[in-house]
Amino acid sequence: MGIGLAFIIVLGLILFAYIGTELLGLKSLFAVVFPYAALIVFLIGFIRRMVKWGKSPVPFRIPTTAGQQFSLPWIKYSKIDNPATGWGAALRMFFEIAFFRSLFRNTKAEIMNGKLYVGSNKWLWIGALAFHYSFLIILVRHLRFFMAQTPWCISVVDSVDSFWQIGLPMVYMTDIIIGAALLYLLGRRIFNPQVKYISLPSDYFPLFLIIGIIATGVMMRYFARVDITAIKELTLGLAYLKPSVPEGIGSLFYIHLFLVSVLFAYFPFSKLMHMGGVFLSPTRNLANNNRMERHVNPWDYPVKHRHYEEYEDEFREKMKKAGIPVEKE
Amino acid sequence: MGLPRPEELISNVNLKKMPSKWWMDTLPVEFKPGFYCYGAKGKNLEYVNFPNARDFHVTDEDWKLPEDWKKIVIEGIKQRLERFRTFHVFMDICVRCGACADKCHFFIGTGDPKNMPVLRAELLRSVYRKYFTSGGKLFGRNGGARDLDIDVLKELWYYFYQCTECRRCSLFCPYGIDTAEITIIARELLNLLGLNTDWISGPVANCYRTGNHLGIEPHTMKSTLEFMCNDIEEITGIKIEPPINKKGAEILFITPSGDLFADPGIYNAMGYMMLFHELGLDYTWSTFASEGGNFGFFTSMEMAKRLHSKIYEEAKRLKVKWILGGECGHMWRVWHQYHNTWYGPVDFLEEPVSPITGTKFENAKSNKIVHISEFTADLIKHGVLKFDKSRNDNLIVTFHDSCNPSRGMGIFEEPRYIIKNVCNHFYEMPDETIREQTFCCGGGSGLNAGEIMELRMRGGFPRANAVRYVHEKFGVNMLANICAIDRATLPPLMDYWVPGVRVSGVTELVANAMIMKGEKERTMNLRMEPLPGKEEE
Ligand code: SF4
Ligand code: SF4
Repeated sequence: MGIGLAFIIVLGLILFAYIGTELLGLKSLFAVVFPYAALIVFLIGFIRRMVKWGKSPVPFRIPTTAGQQFSLPWIKYSKIDNPATGWGAALRMFFEIAFFRSLFRNTKAEIMNGKLYVGSNKWLWIGALAFHYSFLIILVRHLRFFMAQTPWCISVVDSVDSFWQIGLPMVYMTDIIIGAALLYLLGRRIFNPQVKYISLPSDYFPLFLIIGIIATGVMMRYFARVDITAIKELTLGLAYLKPSVPEGIGSLFYIHLFLVSVLFAYFPFSKLMHMGGVFLSPTRNLANNNRMERHVNPWDYPVKHRHYEEYEDEFREKMKKAGIPVEKE
Repeated sequence: MGLPRPEELISNVNLKKMPSKWWMDTLPVEFKPGFYCYGAKGKNLEYVNFPNARDFHVTDEDWKLPEDWKKIVIEGIKQRLERFRTFHVFMDICVRCGACADKCHFFIGTGDPKNMPVLRAELLRSVYRKYFTSGGKLFGRNGGARDLDIDVLKELWYYFYQCTECRRCSLFCPYGIDTAEITIIARELLNLLGLNTDWISGPVANCYRTGNHLGIEPHTMKSTLEFMCNDIEEITGIKIEPPINKKGAEILFITPSGDLFADPGIYNAMGYMMLFHELGLDYTWSTFASEGGNFGFFTSMEMAKRLHSKIYEEAKRLKVKWILGGECGHMWRVWHQYHNTWYGPVDFLEEPVSPITGTKFENAKSNKIVHISEFTADLIKHGVLKFDKSRNDNLIVTFHDSCNPSRGMGIFEEPRYIIKNVCNHFYEMPDETIREQTFCCGGGSGLNAGEIMELRMRGGFPRANAVRYVHEKFGVNMLANICAIDRATLPPLMDYWVPGVRVSGVTELVANAMIMKGEKERTMNLRMEPLPGKEEE
């Protein structure tokens, strides 16, 4: 549901930025005010959200145990999928965050002729990994716009990314990969009936938004040549808190920048917060050592339960008759 | 059973076709017979001081809710957001990627999209968004939010009692979102309004009063055990007198009461007694702590704690050194992940050491509770027991990993090691259906009621399908497991889907093969059936 709505909203945003900069000439609004505002909303929102989650305690230690427990010394236990120590849990988190380990496990269930078939299904894992890593690299690449001197590490990323050179300007691998990954993720939402059924506008919206960002970025780089020097002047100004809005930047850039601003401002209020939440997931980030070490529940309270005396009072006669030892004769 | 034939049951399930109406538009939910349990009885709710105790019938229009029920639920959500990081985070970070969708046995067996874990969670999440997030308040339906009205409440009830809290979905979620955890909390909320099921609230009240779900009173428990010992004597020629409520015993033994009651659990109970007798173990049963399983866990954390507290109390009273636990699923989830937090520090017991082998159970050094599979595997490894494996030669065995010990504990190798040492024929089901990926029996978390047979047969279909595979391929005829609920739910499941496959606990297999000191020549197994090669006698 809501794919149309999400699409229209993103189109509206693009139009809004176009009208605002091209027709109304509100360039400093889009070049300075919105980006700063978005960044502030992002930072404050993100931190507030994390603090709010962090304030909810973890009363019980309930990791999902995805491998053999630590038990007898001669039984090999699964250090990563069922960690018994904090280090193991850290390793588990590392694999989860860096390689999407749980998603790697994904299977697909199908019923045919009254039989169930369960098979491995790695597409979502590949798609998700491709998307997230490309996004990360693109983000890192962009840092050179915010620094007067491009640090060597960013140049390295840059040259590795464009290693696969086609014509001029150099084509970034990540631009192609992220495009394909986004289309795959969107396609899944449209063509996979189960995923389609569970989708909300808030699932399509960030997809379209990011597609818009990538599309404008790619257009600027490869098709509509833009004035890079002017853009760098603007971005450097932003970075060093001395904003100035040079002439000659086309609205394509402003649209790009505006969509990015929207993405940042929207982030803390949306499911995109999975980026922060994944670190806090108690089924993944805890060691499975509840029987070995005691865990304390901060809001624990005494409960009324039945004591043996009460029980014996009710059944004493029957117990005595049956020859079961009792406390009080 | 009043069910369609097995081939028909699944034939109308299409996992790829979704209803034409969006899920928010399909209210009110239709209460399909065979898919919901009977409502709780007032007297049972009252016995344990649950709120709004009254008789309640699911199909009645009026659920006799308190005036301010809506406020109670919303307050309840608020409190739980403040108490459980799981709940708080899981309400916020689902990206609806759908990785969990086809992992739930209830979705696979029913094709009902609201049984996709993500959508099950969304049912509650939509309410959360409406009252707790700016997006939900601002955008309403488009923000995935909806008002909590009576139809929504009934829908929550319907679908959160169609989840066995098996955690299979949680395994596959990239953020570890555990829909079982959401179900647990949703059921807590429903319980604030007295909305339980008869099949759960009855055992809870029983357990509170008698110490076990089945309501077995102390003298009955004693005679039941003695009755089993008569059978043991007939089979082995050895007379066993099970110690009951024995003060100063070294070990307190606790198992689910299901093992004391019905076939095939009783064979397991016989097995425990034979094993302990053979070892000369200084142990005791308790009539007060006569249940390890915990149906309170299916109502609220608080109730679970109230029921489980008797165990350490009893250990203290009897002055035992440590506790040994039998084969049970929920019991172990609660013992392993919750009990130590509720009750510890357990400083009146000693760190468990096997009196037979001297092995220290490092992994249980704080809560002092050892699993019988850990205990037995250690015995076998040390060569303490002698077996005649051929006594189990008529059995072609496969092993069903129960959900709770699997995904809430990680006990996989111990039972397998035991089975391989006492049986000659053991075959695994396909990889995607065992160990942490195991499929549920379809009747856990208080869903093993008779009135929902259709739901159970559908939910158990993925498990049965895998059993059918090894049944056809290797002739498997025995489905071993380490859970009392399994021993109750799997036999009807097998009879329906894979006739010819029976169900047993692991300790039953051990006791069958175990050569006991002074035993007569055995001709029967614990089920009093002739051993292989002894049929003619
Ligand atoms: S796998 Fe996790 S994130 Fe994906 S839909 Fe299911 S619960 Fe949500
Ligand atoms: S816990 Fe099990 S039954 Fe419940 S939604 Fe997840 S997979 Fe389904």
